[in-house]
Amino acid sequence: MKKGTLKQILLITDGCSNKGEDPSAVAALAAQQGITVNVIGVLEDDRSEDPMGLQEVEDIAMSGEGVSQIVYKQSLSQTVQTVTKQAMTQTLQGVVNQELKQILGSKQSLEELPPEQRGEVMEVVEDLGETCDLEVLVLVDTSASMSNKLPTVREALIDLSVSMNARIGRNRFAIYSFPGKKKAIDKVSDWASKLDSVSSVFPKLTSGGITPTGPAIKDAMYEFGKKSLKRSFMREDEPNIEEAGY
Amino acid sequence: MNQTSKKRAIDFRRGQVVRGKWHHHHYTIISKLGHGAIGSVYLCESNGKQMALKISEKSSSVTMEVNVLKTFQKVQGNRLGPSLLDVDDWVDPSGVQYSFYVMEYLRGKQLSTYVKSHGEEWLGILMLQLLGDLESLHQQGWVFGDLKTENLIVTYPPARMRWIDVGGTTQIGRSIKEYTEFFDRGYWNMGTRKAEPSYDLFALAMVMVHFYHPKRFERGSSPKRTLLTKLNQTTQLKKYESVLKNALTGQYQTSEQMKRDLSHVLMEKQISKENYSRKDKVNKPVSSKQPVTQKRSQMPQATQNKKSVHPILESLGITLVVMVFYLFYLFLN
Ligand SMILES: Nc1ncnc2c1ncn2[C@@H]1O[C@H](COP(=O)(O)OP(=O)(O)O)[C@@H](O)[C@H]1O
Repeated sequence: MKKGTLKQILLITDGCSNKGEDPSAVAALAAQQGITVNVIGVLEDDRSEDPMGLQEVEDIAMSGEGVSQIVYKQSLSQTVQTVTKQAMTQTLQGVVNQELKQILGSKQSLEELPPEQRGEVMEVVEDLGETCDLEVLVLVDTSASMSNKLPTVREALIDLSVSMNARIGRNRFAIYSFPGKKKAIDKVSDWASKLDSVSSVFPKLTSGGITPTGPAIKDAMYEFGKKSLKRSFMREDEPNIEEAGY
Repeated sequence: MNQTSKKRAIDFRRGQVVRGKWHHHHYTIISKLGHGAIGSVYLCESNGKQMALKISEKSSSVTMEVNVLKTFQKVQGNRLGPSLLDVDDWVDPSGVQYSFYVMEYLRGKQLSTYVKSHGEEWLGILMLQLLGDLESLHQQGWVFGDLKTENLIVTYPPARMRWIDVGGTTQIGRSIKEYTEFFDRGYWNMGTRKAEPSYDLFALAMVMVHFYHPKRFERGSSPKRTLLTKLNQTTQLKKYESVLKNALTGQYQTSEQMKRDLSHVLMEKQISKENYSRKDKVNKPVSSKQPVTQKRSQMPQATQNKKSVHPILESLGITLVVMVFYLFYLFLN
């Protein structure tokens, strides 16, 4: 049975973009192409953070049809990976829910079904979440303020791959950092099924105050392989579900 | 999370009546029992009976938990999780819908509270009960997943270990749905997050470790060594050390294997307590070591033998062991 591939960008940042196009607009474009954008905002504990930055984290994820979460550095090591996994699971669920909406009719959502029927639908959701292939491009903000957070980010990413690789479906992860030296993003580790080899350290931190989040997301989209850009998870998998009798 | 941004956190008051949208049953809120990642749990009353009501803005999570509870319901003599009583939706005054389910109220104490007030000897016995339940759960094709101290409740009398929160319960062969770092073997670099019986056995061993380290501890740069050193240094766990070590390092493939070893350890303590003359006390470490080493060498063989031993005979034996111990405990009091 052919399964679709779920594509996600996971943006890990700690601040506000200040260069190039609006990241929310780019995230919306990514969503259009079948790539979900999730955002994790990493905050310093004591400093009262720029509320604009916080709002942006949520905005990007909302436009990117993904999930956002703010994490305090204090509890970074514990929460980043939990949150990351939660975000992945929710996104998987979100995508499958959308798919079901197509089958049940655009006005019928899962919540409008009687509780007895939801169970079966959720089983399908869980099945797909477990078996579909997953591609995650992790986009890490390496601007100066992130420096003391990067070791924990790295740990969290290894942990993420441990969780994801317990699934039946296949996984591919890639890590990019931004801002890049010459381009918007730089490759940290190429597409691979496991991240336990992220011994490759993040590149030298850029000390300048530029955070071109928008352009970074845009470039990241192209790393999923141009030919498959337009084929979304939903469209690929739809016939399977109908065959299965739903 | 943006999925749920329109819904507000639920905060029921005492006396408030929750009426189901589909089945029209109503439940009077008594008090809040707790809340977790997925939702809030309330003690409520309906038709003169007390029940626990779990409500959440995450409809899909509620449905997944209900699915698990429903499969348990089909198991005869079900003790796997609280029994499921109702599933419905609640619409708040502004028209927003929340999903809830109603389950058996497990009136009791949290594991650590119970053991602290009734005696440490209960820890091993309750773990034995838990291993028995895990065995039937695994036979049904499921793994508990998020096994941790907070999810274990002891109802009494008679003391019976029960578990709550089936949010992490996962079909064998899949990836663990929900876990808690300290109890997760993946976090300690000691195994995958694939749902298999040994995943639960690791967590169960951690529950025992946690009892003596309630504040938990950091994993450090070499997690496995940190954990095994901690185990070795915890004097109260000395008698369980070999069993716990086997569980932590994935030596047990089934709960049954661990249960057998654990009951040996508990019996051992029993014998040395019975003749508590000075001489015997000195001998105790020697005699307690004997069966453990013996067992280790027997392990592969025991797996082969498994089929020839009648399961009923075996569980009868274990029940007997527990009963003897329980009677002895009563007698002591
Ligand atoms: N059936 C029950 N009987 C008694 N108490 C319960 C029951 N279910 C849950 N609780 C209480 O509610 C708390 C939270 O429930 P839990 O199911 O763990 O929530 P979550 O899945 O959101 O973490 C528990 O720690 C426990 O104290």
